[in-house]
Amino acid sequence: MMQKSVAVVGAAETTKMGKIPDVSVIGLHADAALNALADAGLKPTDIDGVACAGISPVELAQYLGITPTYADGTSVGGCSFMLHVRHAAAAINAGLCTTVLITHGESGRSRVGAGGFGRAPSSLMGQFEMPYGVTAPPTMFTIPVLRYMKTYGVTEEDLANVAVIQREWAAKNPRASYRDPITIDDVLNSDMIAWPFRKLMCCLVTDGGGALILTSAERAKDFPQKPVYVLGTGESVETPLVSQMEDFTTSKAFRVSGKKAFDEAGISHADVDHLMIYDAFAHLPLYGLEDLGFCKPGEAKDFINGRNTAIGGKLPLNTNGGGLSYMHSGMYGMYALQESVRQMRGIAPAQVDGAKISVCHGVGGMFAASGTVIFTNEA
Amino acid sequence: MPPRILPEPTPETQHFWDGTRNGELLLQRCKETGEAYFPPRPFAPKTGSRNVEVFKASGRATLYSYVINHRPRPDMGTEPYAIAVVQLEEGPRMMTNIVGCPQTPEALVLDMPLEVVFEKMSDTISLPFFQPAKG
Repeated sequence: MMQKSVAVVGAAETTKMGKIPDVSVIGLHADAALNALADAGLKPTDIDGVACAGISPVELAQYLGITPTYADGTSVGGCSFMLHVRHAAAAINAGLCTTVLITHGESGRSRVGAGGFGRAPSSLMGQFEMPYGVTAPPTMFTIPVLRYMKTYGVTEEDLANVAVIQREWAAKNPRASYRDPITIDDVLNSDMIAWPFRKLMCCLVTDGGGALILTSAERAKDFPQKPVYVLGTGESVETPLVSQMEDFTTSKAFRVSGKKAFDEAGISHADVDHLMIYDAFAHLPLYGLEDLGFCKPGEAKDFINGRNTAIGGKLPLNTNGGGLSYMHSGMYGMYALQESVRQMRGIAPAQVDGAKISVCHGVGGMFAASGTVIFTNEA
Repeated sequence: MPPRILPEPTPETQHFWDGTRNGELLLQRCKETGEAYFPPRPFAPKTGSRNVEVFKASGRATLYSYVINHRPRPDMGTEPYAIAVVQLEEGPRMMTNIVGCPQTPEALVLDMPLEVVFEKMSDTISLPFFQPAKG
């Protein structure tokens, strides 16, 4: 895509987050959409492109009263919204539509109007993974990590420290689910979920949503909010079966998506002021830092332990507290994008002073898919 | 305890589940490149060639990675169990359970040699598990 040709002009999360037992899934999509529309000074009939995951864009359009000329139902897990941004940028540039609404809503905790997690017993996952007792993400996403730990000498303490440092960021965020400081011992003494993963190494399970509105950079200047420009994007997919990942120490989808985004953006790693890496579990930031090229293979643990990603560090990472401490309704990518937009607008609770470039990297499924969006606030 | 969740074979995978019922671990390979692959499908990934064959694997493997699930699925009892990925001698990897040894980090050491065993779960489905290799 063309650098800075498209911008985010509306961004908002749901009115409430955490436990929302009185709103259904589609209601969370709509609440986030209405908040983003208000942020952009638009009404539903101003929207001519829709994108969402979890529910169909048909449901979204009808519910809000939108008649789109562009609809994207890409649903590849928690990074779907990074792909929606990428596709929306291409669609706007190609003249398919002018103003795209991307929504997320998930009743992850309360399960109001939500479907189940099950897979058909005749699917490849149903035949070749489910019979062995995988239950959900905590027993799938985690399976590669022992190989990674053995290869690079990563310890359980290293994994725990990812959660500790993200909690420090969450403490600065009034909307974060968990804000009290934790220690490495707290993490290692929390309930065992799937060894070596303890509860505090696993993401939250919450209700919530978020929405983004994108339009051309030319039009973006006329909107009430400071435009946040899309500088580069990437996407890829690898496998629906975590057991079939090519290499358990690195995500091919991360590498392909990240490289594409950096190439499009025409920036180097030293240009990056702020970074979001979807952290469904504590190992994800380690893989992300390495697969995006911020660290050499095996060096992410030392980078994090050296407090480079912590408050005051040279590469602030997951400044909202992340999926581990801020919010995780199931498809967290939307919240990572929201934090990148806040940082580029200069309004984040833990604002990185003078930040001009934010990299937002998402994962979908269990290392199944990936999407990367690089934002800038400089026209 | 509810009955264990079992696979439902499809036409493309039936031979694999017939094999496990008969005590054989069947893989497929591309007849042009010789490369083995898994899960089953009637063509070779990457090359796209339909010129493939089914063959009996050695059943030898090593432990590639795993977790020990401390919140057992209702159909899997109450004790923690390992969910593992094994590296088959022929190249592909597969998800499985490790049997015949304690489900502990001390007993489950990465790269340990394993061998396949088959456990009958129903009249039509036997699951391939792996146990520490003997001798």
